[in-house]
Amino acid sequence: MAASGCRGVRSILWKYGSCAKNLYVSRSKMVPQLPLRQISVASSLWKKNLAAAGPQKFTQEFIDKQLEEFEVGKRHLANMMGEDPETFTQEDIDRSIAYLFPSGLFEKRARPVMKHPEEIFPKQTAIQWDAEGRPFHFLFYTGKQSYYSLLHDVYEKILAIERHQDKMRNKGLFASDTKQILLTGSRWLLKEEIEENLVENISDQDYLRLIQLMEKLLSMPYCSLEEEFILKFRKQLEVQSSKYQIPALQYDPQGVAFSVADGRRKTAKASITLRDSGSGNITINGRNYLHYFPVLQNREQLMFPLLFVGMMGRFDIEGSVEGSGHSAQAGALRLAISRALLSFVSEGEVEKMRQAGLLTADPRIRERKKPGQEGARKKFTWKKR
Amino acid sequence: MCSGNMAAGVLSGVRQVLRGPRLLSAVFSCHGQTFSSAAAAVKSAPDTAVTEKILNFPLTQPDYFHLSELFTMKDLFEARVHLGHKKGCRHRLMEPYLFGSRLDTDIIDLEQTAELLQQALNFTAHVAYRGGIILFVSRRRQFGHLIETTSRECGEYAHTRYWKGGLLTNAPIQYSPGVRLPDLIIFFSTLNNVFQQHVGIRDAAKMNIPTVGIVDSNCNPSLIAYPVPGNDDTPVAMEMYCRLFKMTINRAKDKRRQMELLKGISASV
Repeated sequence: MAASGCRGVRSILWKYGSCAKNLYVSRSKMVPQLPLRQISVASSLWKKNLAAAGPQKFTQEFIDKQLEEFEVGKRHLANMMGEDPETFTQEDIDRSIAYLFPSGLFEKRARPVMKHPEEIFPKQTAIQWDAEGRPFHFLFYTGKQSYYSLLHDVYEKILAIERHQDKMRNKGLFASDTKQILLTGSRWLLKEEIEENLVENISDQDYLRLIQLMEKLLSMPYCSLEEEFILKFRKQLEVQSSKYQIPALQYDPQGVAFSVADGRRKTAKASITLRDSGSGNITINGRNYLHYFPVLQNREQLMFPLLFVGMMGRFDIEGSVEGSGHSAQAGALRLAISRALLSFVSEGEVEKMRQAGLLTADPRIRERKKPGQEGARKKFTWKKR
Repeated sequence: MCSGNMAAGVLSGVRQVLRGPRLLSAVFSCHGQTFSSAAAAVKSAPDTAVTEKILNFPLTQPDYFHLSELFTMKDLFEARVHLGHKKGCRHRLMEPYLFGSRLDTDIIDLEQTAELLQQALNFTAHVAYRGGIILFVSRRRQFGHLIETTSRECGEYAHTRYWKGGLLTNAPIQYSPGVRLPDLIIFFSTLNNVFQQHVGIRDAAKMNIPTVGIVDSNCNPSLIAYPVPGNDDTPVAMEMYCRLFKMTINRAKDKRRQMELLKGISASV
């Protein structure tokens, strides 16, 4: 491959005669020196193989120009909307664009958008070497410079901690019960998130190796020295139970506490009022629940949330429900009761209810019938011939 | 223009081997010369002469960088460089470099090692002096961190990880078009983790890149341009090699900077 490259370059040299003086060319006698002239080649040779070229790359000047246009456009937009260009935030931009270009498209990502070029154009690696061709990074020739440089740094920190340990041991101050890093409530960054940070692709084994090294770092007694570094690779998990909106506890003129909540299941919609210091009566749509739900299973569904938190005889339940069938109505009422109960119950109990599945809305709906089939899944009789 | 000449002249003085990217850069630099004004051409002529002198004068001296003072045979002995592997692991082609064997352990001839190491260090120094890219390669996990740190300290490059197939032979695709390949590859251990010869030796030979390699008694020294028989398993020995190469490269680069400064002073005078 190198030899053919050399031959090709030598043929270019032939056309620029005098410059080739300093360089040793062996075919001087065989091919006569040609005068400078245009090389005409068939146009099919100039067509680029678009499939072979990788993902579209943007030059730095293009991105800078986009950035400039974005800043100017932001100010124009602020003037158009009659607001102060200096304090025009991204939310204001989104609001203005939605106002000026109302779109009926369902796909949010297909609607007109005006965002900072960094969010629109993917992050790319710039040219990796200087004017003389020397790469900037010392691990450039490995191919995955950021990833291997990260491994190098982690190992460097492990060695530093070992040296610190030895120093403490020499002084006689070594203690194995040093401050440990708190890791509960956080998880390691995923492979995709690390790829995003490093701006290069890594394989699954590479990711596992990195996690192994971080675990090794964590297993050392003095790892708290590098706490900040390690926490950069941990992501805090959101506390799931704080996501639920607890309905406000209201008080009626007699001073009795009550809360109101809604629930849905299939096409059934239910609304519940839970009154405190009651005796366990349940009224639905004006009728007693024994009359409204003759089936035992539906009545059990209503009772389950109260049974779970152990407040069976405490509340009076008044509910209204419409739509769908008896089972779906029972499910909707159960969800509404659980949500209403949140305002009477402690934080730990909320988490327990969430884990029991009382607070999750059942997403199952009726699957549509497809053409060419009897129903949603049932096919017509299959005939062999 | 100077950079074009430098890139063109890195190895053409040391070896008469031509490589594609060098020729192209030389062609473009010639182009620049033909299209620039006559006055500029005249001013650049003495410049070129001085640069030529800076580049060619060291090649006339046998030990321009005084590398013989960096190590003695006693240092090599104390760093346990003479210890090879057992008789059963011996490679046929390493027999000329062995002094003998004692209790089945091969002993490497330190006189030959000292001479070959001197030649290898001299070559490295000349490459570094002319601004060449040096790549340290080793697949021994024990010393990977040490080698990467050494390369960082002397401003060169290292590869102590898994060697992907076409890194040298398929460079425009593996990296980007227009990448410059290393001008010298130094192998601190020529075997990979399954005791086969490192792929980089064969690839460097294919791409006409000169190699320096520390060959132990179980390695094949054939494709390496400057083999240095020595122990590659002991930490003391590896630290010594790293120190020696780092000192040579730093010395060569300092000398080059000195010469450039002198040139600058003499040109302004």
